[in-house]
Amino acid sequence: MFKQLPANQTETINIILNGQSLQVTKGISVAAVALSQNLGFTRTTPVSASKRAPFCMMGVCYDCLMVINGRANQRACSTMVQEGMRIETQQGVGPAMEGRKE
Amino acid sequence: MNNHYQLVIIGGGPAGLAAAATASAQGISCALLDEQPEPGGQIYRSIESVPDQRAQKLGSEYLRGKKLAAAFRECDAEYYPETRVWSLNKELEIGIIRNDEASMITADQIIIANGAMERPVPFPGWTKPGVMQAGAGQILFKTAGVVPDNGVVLAGSGPLLLLLAWQYLHAGVEVKALLDVTPLSNHLSAMPKFPRAILAHHYLTKGIGYQIELKRAGIPMLFGVSDLRAEGDEQLQTVCFKHSGKQKTIESELLLTHFGVIPHTWLSQAAGCKHKWDNSQQCWRPEHDEWGNTNIPGIMVAGDGAGINGGRSAEHAGRLAGFESLFALGLLTQEERDKLAAKDIKWKRDERHIRPFLEAYFQIPKSLLATTDNDTVICRCEEVTAGQIREAVQHGHDNSNQVKFFTRCGMGPCQGRQCSNAVAHIVADESGEAVADMGHFRGRPPVSPLTLGQLAALDKEESV
Amino acid sequence: MTTDVLIIGGGLMGSSTALQLAMRGYQCTIIEKASPGRHSSGVSAGGLRQLNRDPAEIPLTVESAKMWRDIESLLDSDCDARFPGQLRVAENKADMEKLEQRAALVRSLGYHHEEIIDKKELYQLVPALGPGCVGGLICREDGYGRPYHTVTAFRRKAESLGVKYQTGTEVYSIRKDGDDWQLRTSQGMFSSSILVNCAGAWANQVSTMLDEPVPLTPKALALMVTERLPHFVDPVMGAASRKLSFKQMQNGSLIIGGALIAKLDFEKEKTEIDWLQMAKSANTVVSFFPQLKDVRIVRAWGGIESFMPDNIPVLSASQTYSNAYHAFGFSAHGFQLSPVVGKVMSELIIDGKSSIPLDSFHISRFNK
Repeated sequence: MFKQLPANQTETINIILNGQSLQVTKGISVAAVALSQNLGFTRTTPVSASKRAPFCMMGVCYDCLMVINGRANQRACSTMVQEGMRIETQQGVGPAMEGRKE
Repeated sequence: MNNHYQLVIIGGGPAGLAAAATASAQGISCALLDEQPEPGGQIYRSIESVPDQRAQKLGSEYLRGKKLAAAFRECDAEYYPETRVWSLNKELEIGIIRNDEASMITADQIIIANGAMERPVPFPGWTKPGVMQAGAGQILFKTAGVVPDNGVVLAGSGPLLLLLAWQYLHAGVEVKALLDVTPLSNHLSAMPKFPRAILAHHYLTKGIGYQIELKRAGIPMLFGVSDLRAEGDEQLQTVCFKHSGKQKTIESELLLTHFGVIPHTWLSQAAGCKHKWDNSQQCWRPEHDEWGNTNIPGIMVAGDGAGINGGRSAEHAGRLAGFESLFALGLLTQEERDKLAAKDIKWKRDERHIRPFLEAYFQIPKSLLATTDNDTVICRCEEVTAGQIREAVQHGHDNSNQVKFFTRCGMGPCQGRQCSNAVAHIVADESGEAVADMGHFRGRPPVSPLTLGQLAALDKEESV
Repeated sequence: MTTDVLIIGGGLMGSSTALQLAMRGYQCTIIEKASPGRHSSGVSAGGLRQLNRDPAEIPLTVESAKMWRDIESLLDSDCDARFPGQLRVAENKADMEKLEQRAALVRSLGYHHEEIIDKKELYQLVPALGPGCVGGLICREDGYGRPYHTVTAFRRKAESLGVKYQTGTEVYSIRKDGDDWQLRTSQGMFSSSILVNCAGAWANQVSTMLDEPVPLTPKALALMVTERLPHFVDPVMGAASRKLSFKQMQNGSLIIGGALIAKLDFEKEKTEIDWLQMAKSANTVVSFFPQLKDVRIVRAWGGIESFMPDNIPVLSASQTYSNAYHAFGFSAHGFQLSPVVGKVMSELIIDGKSSIPLDSFHISRFNK
């Protein structure tokens, strides 16, 4: 769907996208990475498990929600990639909550 | 950061930047809060960091932002990037998040300059991966140099569509087609407004110039398109539409749509400002005077967040709000304010010449605003369909807020940003009432993500 | 137009009363100044709670709980009601003593719906609870419903039995003309033989028109709702000695209440959140459930409620006029009582007395 145009002198950093290590341009959004890596979709909805991908890219649609560094419901378009960042496709409402186990 | 400023500006687009440069010239304490990491808002997004190569492909209007951002950097206003505002009230208390921490600051004057967003227009299949808003394409291009790699179909109505097609052309992107859904009847209804539009002929010549280039490049441009649908199993595979009385399809994995822009009013609503339905712009916007004052003393609005008039008008509106702030703070007399603002008042009025024509020409038809395709998802977050909304009206829920309570439309993460207008139109259509009487979803804070932990920390702060 | 009964207020109480009267053959018209459920009824946190009620309310709440368990046969809708129980959690010995005293009081009145549970059972019921709690008080049959759906269900059932909703209609004056009530409203004149005041936060306006003002205070209660979460808690949560109240709704979002006050401009019907108050509430939630700290609040709002000085409602005939009745002042805990209120009010109106004693709720307690 998308590709990143080559540019001179871009700094890169390392991130982990759905378990895969990647080198990406510093200072771009998680959504830009997800789209240019052709993930296809970035979450499935809680209501019907439908696939969704970033829609508005400006933080007003909340469709680009992903699990970032273990936190669910983060807007990928409003989050800049950081060194070592863990990014995962979000399934529904996200990973189960911690609970005290007997 | 201080706890209190004489002037706080919310938003780093042309209106906010111009307001800051104007007001801070008089030595007041002034802070500009920007959710983005660098100034420019959406129209001039990434204007400071964009590589020259990319900037050239984005066009001359975009480059205008460089001067604005530079003037802002030179002024004495404090700049707080990556700072989100989650609440504002009539006591002029502002809830902000910065570095993952919530705090509250106050101001004597506040200018809300948080701009516009794409008008969200639901159509069958619009929620599929592969369907995005045209502005999203521009943002990807501006901020990351990310462009479509397997071609793209552009569809909708509005000048931005033409601009994006031109930008993509210059970036070597295959634009498979530009599908213009502007009803051909609009050409007729817009004609009476054309003579005034000639006064802003730079807009018209620019638009015509883009069209000529696109045509020369062989990009198919179809007009009077209707029945737009995005089809595919789980993602977009085919764009379907009607043109010249025939059903047509284009294979594409990417469709970018644009149906005009509307003010982003969630903060001004949450603050309690009065809003009204603008029939010409087909949107809700905050009520304000020519300086930007709302019904709440101390809260002003400027730029596209107040009403759609474009980037240049936003600059003038920002300067007017800046002068008005200085007057309100007692640093300018009324005469001084009027004298300093005279040129901007005139230029802002000049910018209005094109608007009645543009608004009439690009009026989005009711068939799109109040879809009768009952399976179309209207509330993307809660997946509520047009059919469910119409059914709710039939059961006696006859305004936007009642439909919201009953169907959960507008209760998801986006809090109605993507569905509020469509719900108002569909409810109006189903109940036979005017859209203006449907009410908008009651905007409430927090209007930007605030976690329980971040909020809880406010309490500890106070008790320390 | 003339009818048997005019009811001022189209929220839960007005609708419930109208429904019960209609079921016994009375023609009712509801005069509603905005739209049904616009205020208290629509913004309720939806708690279906018998737990920790004023002893005067216990007979009512227990009867209402029975009606809720069978609400579908009354309203042709289950109102999406769930009954996972409601808890008050004890953090220490002093809390436990307080809860044990409460349990004893309820038992002494002949009721058994409030039970003490120990630490083991507490953590079995709520495994997600943070460490350090020592036990609790539970009502196993409590739960939550969906307020606006309930308003809608009452309304639709009432309408199907002939009740008329006159919305967008404000009452300007009330006059007794012989045996008839004459109401002058923004939509013209209405008259009836019987008048019922279910006007919620505006009920004192109405009772003043009947020459029996009451010390009613409208207040705005603040609530917050979060984004949807994976299911992690069943019962509705409260605390013995801290202001805590939250429930995880059917769709996974949390509604957080706890008797927090928002700022209110009653004239303009505008509420404003006091964030420092909300911060206290957030702090309480996170201290009981630390894993919730990253959960996003999507919305906070204030809902106008009508408070009586003794925090129990007015349910009685008028002191000053015959064929006038009152049902208001539910002090932010009316949702669960709504089915039974309609029942007892219809009995009071038609039979002259209700099946459940209402002496504690008489309007005369303010005008002795």
